[in-house]
Amino acid sequence: MLGEGILKGLAETARNFAGSYVSAERLTTVQYPEQRIAPIEATRDFPFLVYDGGDWEKGLRCVACQICEKECPPKCIYIVKSTDKKPDALGKMQIYPARFDIDISVCMSCQICVEVCPFEAIKMDTEFELSTTDRFGGLLLDRKELAKSNEHYHKIHPTEATEVDARLAEEKVKAEAKAKAAAAAAAAKAAAAAAAKPAAGTNETAAKPAVAPGDVATKPAGGETKA
Amino acid sequence: MNGSSLINNADRIFILLKLWVIGFLPAWMQQAAGVVLCVVAIICVFPGLFAISVLLERKGLGRMQNRLGPNRVGPYGILQPVADGIKSLTKEDLVPKSADGVVHFLAPVFLVVVVFMGYAVLPMGRNMTLVKMDAGLLFYFAMGASTELSVFMAGWASRNKYSLLGAMRAVAQMISYEVPLLMSSVAVVMITGSLSLEKIVEAQNQYTWGLPHWYIFTPWGFAGFVLYAVAATAETNRSPFDLPEGESELVAGYFTEYSGFKFAEFFLGEYVGMLSISGLGTTLFLGGWSAPVAFLGWVPSWIWFFGKVMLSICVFIWMRGTLPRLRQDQLMNFAWKFVLPLTMLNLFVAALWRFMGDGWERWVVCSAILLLAYVLMARVGFKRRHIGSRSYRYAE
Repeated sequence: MLGEGILKGLAETARNFAGSYVSAERLTTVQYPEQRIAPIEATRDFPFLVYDGGDWEKGLRCVACQICEKECPPKCIYIVKSTDKKPDALGKMQIYPARFDIDISVCMSCQICVEVCPFEAIKMDTEFELSTTDRFGGLLLDRKELAKSNEHYHKIHPTEATEVDARLAEEKVKAEAKAKAAAAAAAAKAAAAAAAKPAAGTNETAAKPAVAPGDVATKPAGGETKA
Repeated sequence: MNGSSLINNADRIFILLKLWVIGFLPAWMQQAAGVVLCVVAIICVFPGLFAISVLLERKGLGRMQNRLGPNRVGPYGILQPVADGIKSLTKEDLVPKSADGVVHFLAPVFLVVVVFMGYAVLPMGRNMTLVKMDAGLLFYFAMGASTELSVFMAGWASRNKYSLLGAMRAVAQMISYEVPLLMSSVAVVMITGSLSLEKIVEAQNQYTWGLPHWYIFTPWGFAGFVLYAVAATAETNRSPFDLPEGESELVAGYFTEYSGFKFAEFFLGEYVGMLSISGLGTTLFLGGWSAPVAFLGWVPSWIWFFGKVMLSICVFIWMRGTLPRLRQDQLMNFAWKFVLPLTMLNLFVAALWRFMGDGWERWVVCSAILLLAYVLMARVGFKRRHIGSRSYRYAE
């Protein structure tokens, strides 16, 4: 019968209309500024820099390797390397970013910077209330604004952050073990050399192995994170 | 005695108010001032109702979609129309460089003027008709048909392909539905024997056993009302017949190139037109300003008129919340192959009703003819053709 479907439809909308006054569960919208729903774990918008410990400047994981800057498709990252070095998370002396700016008006939230970073230093944030009255300066975030603690990272992406922590800890253990082994081997070699040769040659041979442990330790560490 | 005079005064309150105001003027001015006063009242009241119906629409549609609707401006969002008005007034008024400036400007103005002209003949209460015209219905339809011109002016002057397409669609649709709209009203004229809207209301303002003689309560009147409602919905470009302004395919159709206050004028024109066509439907089929039952006759007549109009607006909103938009070919098929034949038949049924006398037979005969026609036409006209899978002659 013609018109039956229309009457059914009218009944359905009428039921919705009346029902929305009776049961609050029907209302699917969230009254945003007052009510909020927790973002899902996979949420991402703009990158931030992770730091360990209490001081953001000291604990920054970034070593200014500039891989993200080169890989960024819309070129929204700007990095200036420091001239001096400071100890990184593993206690090794590293360069750090003297400037690290991200223009979030250019950023397209692709997450490529996060994927290429060998140091787990840059991650995606979930902060979305970034509106500002200054469309140029206000959207250009410097390293201080970008730096957020590892605890913050744990809060927004718990699963991912735990995995990253485990990986970093493993690397640290490996690096320490390797350094120890290298040091032990060097010491043994030096001792053997000292025993075999007269005192005149020892200085030269002992100097070389002393440098070696550091080189040996960094290379595998970088390679493993990439893999 | 005192109570009945109070009721009488409540019914005549607007007339008394007018008489009181023009009483301050010299005698030679009173006639003209009275007319101006009525015009001003119409121009103020209906945009007010427009604001209310926009709010009703936004809240009602929200509820039908399980949302709250606007709830930020004022308590429960009741000041939303004010905010909308201020917004549209402060927006930049853009005119395309290659547009015909004069016609582009005139189109919305013309629409609003023409739409308001229709109110001149609508009886909004007992003795509350601005112009008591003998051919009121004819005047109304002449004015209603002029809105097509404004739509086409807008589409043509914008020099934009979407505007022009929207205007073409709108004109095609409005002309197609103008015919059934007129035809369904002609049945009322045939029974009443007058084109005067005042007389049409008077004819319905009678009661048998406390029940009114509204035309909707007769077989031909009911069919006529339904057909009128369908045609009126299409005539005002309302959903489900809103394809001339389909946002998804025509970026708002004929008013694509309108912004700011000109856009607001189109919006106003659409809603005031909706209110006016509801007013005419009320007058023709729902007894105009007469009370639905005899014992409620003491309630002021204008309350009934405006109540019925607002009720029709609610039905319009309900329809919009329920039905999806039709396609152009479906719309045209529906107009020419279904609505128009039925209105023709309805004329015949109205004539039959008129000449069959007062007995019960005419109820049975008229209802049976209309019902049979409806069922058969739906069977034939809306039969699904099963085309089957496509076969290719040359390709594999």
